[in-house]
Amino acid sequence: MKFGIIRFPGSCDEVDALIAARRVGEAVILWHGDRDLQGVDAVIVPGGFSYGDYLRAGAIARFAPVMEEVAEFAREGGLVLGICNGFQVLCEAGLLPGALLPNASLRFICRQVELDVVNGDSAFTRAYEPGPPARRLSIPVKHTTGRYYAPEEELERIQAAGQVLLRYAPGQNPNGAVRDIAGVCNERGNVFGLMPHPEHAVDPLTGSTDGIGIFESIRAQVADRVVV
Amino acid sequence: MPTASLSSADRYRQLGLTDFEYQLILERLGREPGDVELAMFSLMWSEHCGYKHSKKLLRGLPTDGPHVLMGPGENAGVVDVGGGLAVAFKVESHNHPSAVEPFQGAATGVGGILRDVFAVGARPIAVLDSLRFGEPASSERSRYLLQRAVAGIGHYGNSIGVPTIGGEVYFEHTYEQNCLVNAMCLGLAPRERLIRAAAAGPGNVLVLLGALTGRDGIGGASVLASAELGEADQAKRPSVQIGDPFAEKKLLECCLELLDRELLTSLQDLGAAGLTSSAAEMAGKGGVGLEIDVSRVPLREADMQPFEIMISESQERMLCVVEPERVGAVIAVCEHWETLATPIGRVNTSDRLLVLDEGSVVADLPVDVLVDCPLYDLQSSPPPAPLYRAPVATLAGTETPGEVLRALLGSPNVASRQPLFEQYDAIVQSRTVRRPDDADAAVLALPGGSAIAVSIDGNGRRVACDPRRGAVEAVYECVANLACVGAEPLGLTNCLNFGNPEKPHVAWQLEQVVQGIAEACDALGVPVVGGNVSLYNEAPSGPIFPTPVVGIVGRMPDAAQAGRLGFRNEGDAIAVVGPFNPSLIGSELAKLQGQVPAGALPPMDEQAVRDAHAAVRLGVSSGALQNAHDIAEGGLAVAVAECAIAGGIGARIRLPEDFELFGEAPGRAFVVSGSRAALAGFPLIGVVGGTQLEIAGRLEVAVSALREAREHGLAEYF
Repeated sequence: MKFGIIRFPGSCDEVDALIAARRVGEAVILWHGDRDLQGVDAVIVPGGFSYGDYLRAGAIARFAPVMEEVAEFAREGGLVLGICNGFQVLCEAGLLPGALLPNASLRFICRQVELDVVNGDSAFTRAYEPGPPARRLSIPVKHTTGRYYAPEEELERIQAAGQVLLRYAPGQNPNGAVRDIAGVCNERGNVFGLMPHPEHAVDPLTGSTDGIGIFESIRAQVADRVVV
Repeated sequence: MPTASLSSADRYRQLGLTDFEYQLILERLGREPGDVELAMFSLMWSEHCGYKHSKKLLRGLPTDGPHVLMGPGENAGVVDVGGGLAVAFKVESHNHPSAVEPFQGAATGVGGILRDVFAVGARPIAVLDSLRFGEPASSERSRYLLQRAVAGIGHYGNSIGVPTIGGEVYFEHTYEQNCLVNAMCLGLAPRERLIRAAAAGPGNVLVLLGALTGRDGIGGASVLASAELGEADQAKRPSVQIGDPFAEKKLLECCLELLDRELLTSLQDLGAAGLTSSAAEMAGKGGVGLEIDVSRVPLREADMQPFEIMISESQERMLCVVEPERVGAVIAVCEHWETLATPIGRVNTSDRLLVLDEGSVVADLPVDVLVDCPLYDLQSSPPPAPLYRAPVATLAGTETPGEVLRALLGSPNVASRQPLFEQYDAIVQSRTVRRPDDADAAVLALPGGSAIAVSIDGNGRRVACDPRRGAVEAVYECVANLACVGAEPLGLTNCLNFGNPEKPHVAWQLEQVVQGIAEACDALGVPVVGGNVSLYNEAPSGPIFPTPVVGIVGRMPDAAQAGRLGFRNEGDAIAVVGPFNPSLIGSELAKLQGQVPAGALPPMDEQAVRDAHAAVRLGVSSGALQNAHDIAEGGLAVAVAECAIAGGIGARIRLPEDFELFGEAPGRAFVVSGSRAALAGFPLIGVVGGTQLEIAGRLEVAVSALREAREHGLAEYF
């Protein structure tokens, strides 16, 4: 099992994602200007400020050469995880529904928040014990532009299709996201973006370990495919 | 001997040089300096670059220690943390720019200190900030400065991927006009990657890395940082630099890769006075000459004059020395990181700094004349009467102890810092073992299971009361904070923020404080590995409180044993460790009651205090103590309340009837909890448990009410 973590100029959490992914498998860094995905089994678009967040968070990164390959990889069913800035990039690239707007407070927020696993039957959440009740996770957020938004009819559609995988627990929504949405996947279920940082919740020394399940889910999903 | 003509007198005075200094330049050069040369002198001989009122004093600080790898004089101090690793760190002020434009002033303060750290080859792994503002409740200006400075710090640190893991902030009326923004950075390096600034190797190429050079910050060091700010500060706004953290992120990664590939001979950041000071320092330290052609410097504005290019303070630039055969490889690495790299000159065997413009000489100065700025003796005398007026009282003195406790917890100097800290990324890079509010010091894990801890401290009001003892206290308190997580100090950096040193009472404060720091560092065996001085923090209403800010880095063998602030277990005993002799002089309560900050601080039994530090350090690192918290602002009652709030559990305390609940004696004593066996030998004062904080016969308040008071204090200003 090999993860590929993309490094844009201005990425900040790519090494954190590398360290987290290596807890469950192999992992390599992929340079934004290269088109070679090096045969990875899953791609992580990490957090940070790709291209300085100039123009709009994620707006420039989607045009990076490597993103064309990531889009192709996703079309072929490959697993793609976008964390924070990565979520913004995947929305900008049209690989995920909706958009991320500036926080309601208009300020950067770094905070440990509680999340509910709304759909534990996905490629990215299957390692968590299935509910009900929903599994509750403690994972940090840190962002200025994390308020998830989609038009009402789209929200109804993605919710009905089980594409909302994570919600902020009641009273925990840090940014004013619509319907407390913290993470959504695409219709096919192979591309997932979330604002919280699971890579910062994998080691008891530095916080909680509740984020490791995301990486374990990806490994399990890839392993099943190989068997098939 | 040549003498100054009238027109040149106007010129040099406008640039901030005195008649005496200009005469000295004439004598040493044997001729009148040209325009470019005069601009270079005005910067190199400014207070900010030349330390002309503080350098003699600073020689009294102890700088040697078994762990020191680089001391004062390099871009940052460096200590050995074992395992082949070194930690570089430094604190620096950006006070004057922040008072003029707080967002960019604070942001570029962070950017500048980051460059100092990666200039020695270390990857920045943490930022801490020490901030001072006027009273937020009564001053709109202070609220504006607070909000924008905090936003600026976050903007730079968050965007570049370096966690902001701690810091401190105080609010006092003396900072109303002169806010303080001190930023500290820590970096981590394999020992073999460390590099010095000294230029070497005649024939080697001088390569400028990073951003385009523009007109920003021209004269910032001499105009802003070396004189008092007056009424017409707005006119100085163009002197404030603009930061671009994205450019610095690429520059940082680029420099570290260049060093990993061993492509550089020396490296130096461009800070105050830009190319002039960087080139002069590299040449001076290396004992070589340098030749720079300003026409080769890539410009943001095409029509810049040679003197502007030489003194521009455009951010996100570095200067390096490269062997000629490696220049191609350097440029290739820089292209990968989308960072400009331009050969602009060479190292030579002369002792001169030669500046050319398309081949014609515009400056030709002996390096030693440029670097050896005149040093002044301070004319000091203690003030005959208290220097500072009384603050506005917010407590009448008739409140019950419970009311006083809540007022203290909600006061800006004691309230929760979470509204600030939440705006900073504290966790990027995956090393943060203790975040702000978890413990008295921040803790960062190192490879192999050990950790470093860091704290930054400096209560200016106490130093105003009693400069020498206040400075001693600041050092002891910082070491006490490290003890609370179980860490042993390795080295200290400091930033000395004072008023106008040409005034005798400010000179006296400065002398007393430096002596106090030296005395405490000697007694504690902590070397000073670097620092910064910021003078002229003075408004027409008077000087700021004398504010030495000390940052100490320590080491602990086991990250997993890092101590915590909060009480943990129902039934644990609570003890006070250390010779605690509280007094209300200089205390937070005295301030809330409107008392003038004056009077002698309580004496300190230094041996007993060091024994207490060692006992707490051992108790925490062995796991015997369940929590540890240094007793500081607000005294024992506030310290116990903070432990209860952090742990989400109450306590029942019994104290002698005449005990001064809110008296202070920082750095000397701790509140700790643990089993009765673990606390054997320490005076017990109570038991952890319940949902209330109860101090027998004095007060009884629900922990939830205490938390509410503490959380509310600063939240309303954001």
